Amino acid sequence: MRRGNIIKLVALVLLVVAAVALSIKPLMDPEKGILLGLDLRGGVHLVLQAEPNEDGTPITNDDIDKAKAIIEKRVNDLGVSEPIVQSDYDKKRIVIDLAGVTDPDKAVDILKTTAKLTFRDPQGNIVLEGDDLKDAKGGQGQASGYVVNLSFSSEGAKKFGELTTQLIGQRLGVYLDEDLLTNPTVNTPILNGQAEITGYATLEEAANDAVLMRSGSLPVSMSIAEKRQVGASLGVDSLNKSIYAGAYGVIFIFLFMLIFYRVPGAVANLSLFVYALIVLWIFWMFRVVLTLPGIAGFILSVGMAVDFNIIIYERVKEEIRAGKSLRAGVESGFSRAFITVIDAHVTTLIAAITLFYFGTGAIQGFALTLGIGIIVTLFTGITFTRQVLRWIVGANPKMKTIWFGVRGDA
Amino acid sequence: MMKTGHPATYEEVKKVHPLYFNIMKRRYWWFALSLLVLIPGIISLFMQGLNLGIDFKGGSMLDITFNKPVTQAAITDTMKSVGLEGPVQLSNGDTSALIRTEALEEEKRNELLAALETNVAEYDKNSLGDDKVGPAMGQELTRNALWALLIAIGLMIGYITIRFQFVFAISAIIALLHDVLIVVGAFSLLQWEIDSTFVAAILTVFGYSINDTVIIFDRIRENEAKMKRADSYEDMADKSVWQTMRRSINTSLTVLIALLSIFIFGGESTKLFSLAMLIGVFVGAYSSIFIASPILLEIKQRMRKSRRGGKAVRA
Repeated sequence: MRRGNIIKLVALVLLVVAAVALSIKPLMDPEKGILLGLDLRGGVHLVLQAEPNEDGTPITNDDIDKAKAIIEKRVNDLGVSEPIVQSDYDKKRIVIDLAGVTDPDKAVDILKTTAKLTFRDPQGNIVLEGDDLKDAKGGQGQASGYVVNLSFSSEGAKKFGELTTQLIGQRLGVYLDEDLLTNPTVNTPILNGQAEITGYATLEEAANDAVLMRSGSLPVSMSIAEKRQVGASLGVDSLNKSIYAGAYGVIFIFLFMLIFYRVPGAVANLSLFVYALIVLWIFWMFRVVLTLPGIAGFILSVGMAVDFNIIIYERVKEEIRAGKSLRAGVESGFSRAFITVIDAHVTTLIAAITLFYFGTGAIQGFALTLGIGIIVTLFTGITFTRQVLRWIVGANPKMKTIWFGVRGDA
Repeated sequence: MMKTGHPATYEEVKKVHPLYFNIMKRRYWWFALSLLVLIPGIISLFMQGLNLGIDFKGGSMLDITFNKPVTQAAITDTMKSVGLEGPVQLSNGDTSALIRTEALEEEKRNELLAALETNVAEYDKNSLGDDKVGPAMGQELTRNALWALLIAIGLMIGYITIRFQFVFAISAIIALLHDVLIVVGAFSLLQWEIDSTFVAAILTVFGYSINDTVIIFDRIRENEAKMKRADSYEDMADKSVWQTMRRSINTSLTVLIALLSIFIFGGESTKLFSLAMLIGVFVGAYSSIFIASPILLEIKQRMRKSRRGGKAVRA
């Protein structure tokens, strides 16, 4: 018996237990913990498809950007913690994910209407509509600061000239739907259809407003191509069920490993804890959104992590049966099993990567958790499991092989 | 008793396993058994196809929990009153309804929900599930899934050919298609509904089945390298399969345990998903032992024979 190894082992077990205990809170934190997909906490997933323009002009990337800018603004108003708005130029689409939104019906309602730009007088009357605006661009001001340059159509220029003459010295409100975007003071009548709104602190701010103003003047009509709406309690229900499923799965796998593989089985179970912790922390670090299929992928990857251990132990048993000592058996079993596992895992990884690359939504979530799982399996297997087995064998080289599941007669 | 100090011989491997029987000799039995399972599924695929869900066909699916038990007729009538039709499935003591219908515009959907609220019963807004998939999106999903499958097969054949031999890759892929066909066939036969997670399940079966086969092939590759001229490939393959038997069984058991717990405790939304994987993993484990390796043996023996035949002519 080597005392040093035993101390190391005990310290290691305590370390793992402490790590698990310390990780539960930060990982499960509803605000800063692992992100849950909308199927686990309620929310809406929307795919908006830009409809072809009625006059047959093609939809440009700029159109999509404008629509995206408007939608982002609206999404921010909804007060969702981590909204995702993505544009797909190829397919002329905007994908919106709002996990944890409290009233999904209202959210859909707000997002699906097309934004409308209006100019209003101080009394709130609409004096000019966005259709009359030809373009809006952010830029450097003549004097100082940043500006938005507006140019109107000939019709619009006429109207704008009239109203700036009327409203001189007053404020002109620029509204996107019912939201006030900016309300500059009219300094002089503008008759040539070229206006300038001054007073922006940064170019980005000016450009941002310009996009929103342009969008009002050129609305792309959007239809809902896909919608996944999950009520909050439906999501929580799914989450609880998958936690149960995971817990039972893990308990049975633990028992199975202990009964069949004894000491190495216990090592495998300890490695499983380490494995699960690493995977969950990776999810946390890279802001992986955990979905229902994602949890299934994770539970399946636990099964595969166990597989690595089983392959190693069966190989070690064979080596011991072939006459090697425990220690030599562990070493050669490990190196041989590693070749086996590499080939098997790389082929599965190829499938996971292909899925992630070509899949959408649910499939991607699944592929991602499976892929991360496979890589972490290899990592924990060759570092943690191997080292712990070495210490155990080192602690008692004359340990009976039966504790490795090798029958006494072998 | 076994002698120590050398790698296990075929005789020793036979002795270690109390239930030993020669798998390779009976290979035509296994082929026949697989065909027996495959053929009804394939016929069903041609005759009645698959029961595609809205993810593929497009449509709307509403999952509504009412505050009291409802009847199917009440819901169907209400749907008719707003000009809609489609299958309705009740569960959870007749309080939950799953309504499938054409892809609904938001106005139509709100009209239906309002009508259900007045004519049937009040429902819980917080547990409403609402999916809508436009028809174009469905086609896209199917196309993407098929591409993913084809590309994955191509890449895996490439990898196995590099690490093993081309015949190993072909045998593994045949076993893989066998597994996928059995799962898809079962879903066609029983007309279980297929949604986008089914594609994920099939691809897992894909990954798992190949993983399982590669582990046995790894042993065949190792033993093949040690073969002497007089050794029979059949005995070597049989020995390899039995050397990895305990691992094959134990691994499948742990994965099946994990899947079974998802199936039992995971709730409605993951039932069919985990079921597809349960069938797939079981068949995948079976085919790695009883289909992939025997097919490899069959091809290898034919290659040997034709080579010998060639020599005979020259001699």
